[in-house]
Amino acid sequence: MIEQVADPLPQAGFAKIVLELEVNNHPGVMSHICNLFARRAFNVEGILCMPLGDARRSRIWLLVYEDQRLDQMVRQLEKLEDVLAVRQHGAEHEVFERLESFFH
Amino acid sequence: MMRMTGAELTVRLLERQGVRTICGIPGGAILPLYDALSQTDKIHHVLARHEQGAGFMAQGMARVSGQPEVCFASSGPGATNLVTAIADACLDSIPMVAITGQVPQSMIGTDAFQEVDIYGITVPITKHNFLVRSAQELLEVIPDAFRIAMSGRPGPVLVDVPKDVQNEVIEFADFPPPAVPDKAPEIDMDALETAARMINEAERPVLYLGGGVVSSGASSLAITLAEQASMPTTMTLMALGAMPMDHPLSIGMLGMHGARHTNFVLEEADLLVVVGARFDDRAIGRAASFCPNAKIVHIDIDRSELHKIKTAHVGLHSDVRTALEALLPRVKVTLREHWLSHVESLKQRFPMQLPGADDPRTHYGLVQAVASVLDDSAVITTDVGQHQMWVAQAYPFRRPRQWLTSGGLGTMGFGMPAAIGAALAEPERTVVCFSGDGSFKMNIQELATLAEQGLNVKIVLMNNNSLGLVYQQQNLFYGKRVFASKYRGAPDFVKIAEGFGIPAVNLDDAEDPRTTLAQVLKQPGPCLIHASIDREQFVYPMVPPGAANTEMIGG
Repeated sequence: MIEQVADPLPQAGFAKIVLELEVNNHPGVMSHICNLFARRAFNVEGILCMPLGDARRSRIWLLVYEDQRLDQMVRQLEKLEDVLAVRQHGAEHEVFERLESFFH
Repeated sequence: MMRMTGAELTVRLLERQGVRTICGIPGGAILPLYDALSQTDKIHHVLARHEQGAGFMAQGMARVSGQPEVCFASSGPGATNLVTAIADACLDSIPMVAITGQVPQSMIGTDAFQEVDIYGITVPITKHNFLVRSAQELLEVIPDAFRIAMSGRPGPVLVDVPKDVQNEVIEFADFPPPAVPDKAPEIDMDALETAARMINEAERPVLYLGGGVVSSGASSLAITLAEQASMPTTMTLMALGAMPMDHPLSIGMLGMHGARHTNFVLEEADLLVVVGARFDDRAIGRAASFCPNAKIVHIDIDRSELHKIKTAHVGLHSDVRTALEALLPRVKVTLREHWLSHVESLKQRFPMQLPGADDPRTHYGLVQAVASVLDDSAVITTDVGQHQMWVAQAYPFRRPRQWLTSGGLGTMGFGMPAAIGAALAEPERTVVCFSGDGSFKMNIQELATLAEQGLNVKIVLMNNNSLGLVYQQQNLFYGKRVFASKYRGAPDFVKIAEGFGIPAVNLDDAEDPRTTLAQVLKQPGPCLIHASIDREQFVYPMVPPGAANTEMIGG
């Protein structure tokens, strides 16, 4: 209808945050999660997903930058039908650090 | 043990869920489901002429009944044609289950004929969606789809069913029970007490009602709260009807096309009690300047709406009805004489201006003339544009679910199919669709469906032969560079309607338009009422995009 004149997007911070998601394991779950970040213009720096023990569930690790909108993103994640739990960790979490050697 | 195909199972599960009407269009990939549908007499199928029409018919039914309603489409273009209606339901929180046929699983991913990844396409516009991989899964997926559509904040769910799944024969012991909504979240009683205290201590509180009040059936509780605490009450576009327009505490619709006094009252509020609303940009204007002096109590069933646009002092994650029930005994009966008399004086000084309201040949006059013939049992739908705002401003809405409009997505073409849906769900009512000539042409093919169904739907077509709101904005904000907003051709809508088998009258030719209106509106069955209106009439007041609500022009 009319062009939107929104307030400028809050600047992304530099602190890294690691999100740990427990999700149902079926084709399509990744697309729900990646789509959520993409359509809300929230950058995902790193992503890692593996099935858990009996393969009915998966764990997804996301590396993101701290941002004013992070809380909103987590609330949106928690609304997804296939997301069972969301936990936040600080940058000290080593999951992505231990993968560094595969990217250098 | 029971034995049936996936298609038969789907139809049985829909019957058991209480679905009695399905709107849709068949095609190759959904034919097994249609074949199964032909074998039941419990479900009435309404054949739309475009899948978007079918989607809006389902929405129309859901908007008047509050229950999830169903539409069917085939794979590929059938499914993509549903997309706009699904997105519309998502933004307005309307419960709907869309079921699409898909190419057989062995062909998925091969760019088969009429194959499209509707699952992927609808991820961002549904509450949830499913691609069913076996007939066995249907036993869980169909009830889940309904449960998700109606739980918490309602919304659309898509179920994509490959043709081989529809044809697969399975055996199972028993049907699953029909879906019921999930339990609502527990109220945080500390937050509730704080909210009650803030209301009791406020001097200039305002109640701000949104569509959530309508969907949770909390209108009368909201009115009681307003009366108990002497709170002037504003409604969003989606909430119109929650409080009768002529209630002494109603200050009308807020936002871009709200009355001057409404936005001025909000400016002075020291407490804003926001119930089932989401601070949409059309409602609040520039967020930072909205209600600058007010503390905020925000009640919503969707936790992610709390603190999303405006940080609330108290955010209550709760079903609106449950929260209001708990809140009422804690809110003191207070007569805020000073505040109410100030609100009244603002109302007197800055009233809603409805020029021409006495003349049925003007836009406001036409809306009011139609209203004067109808009673509160009528359902009013609109399309999107100037006519939609004029109806929102001038029609005396007095009950929830009386008003069906495309609020969040703003979809032109919504009005007529939604009216058909409303009439299918509640055939005893008169349904009036106010439309504009731009919007009407976007789903005009559904006149054929309307004629076939013979429903009591009246279309009031306000014709200025242009995309009026675009024309208005080009005039106001783009240096009068009018481009691509005026039509050069002018179709004869009366002839078009008659060609579809719909009786039509042209108010332009009527000697006494009021008498003609009264006659045709009282006659059962469909009818098109054509009325030319002046292109130079704009919607006022108007808050320029990006401005604060108090910076409105006109009106």
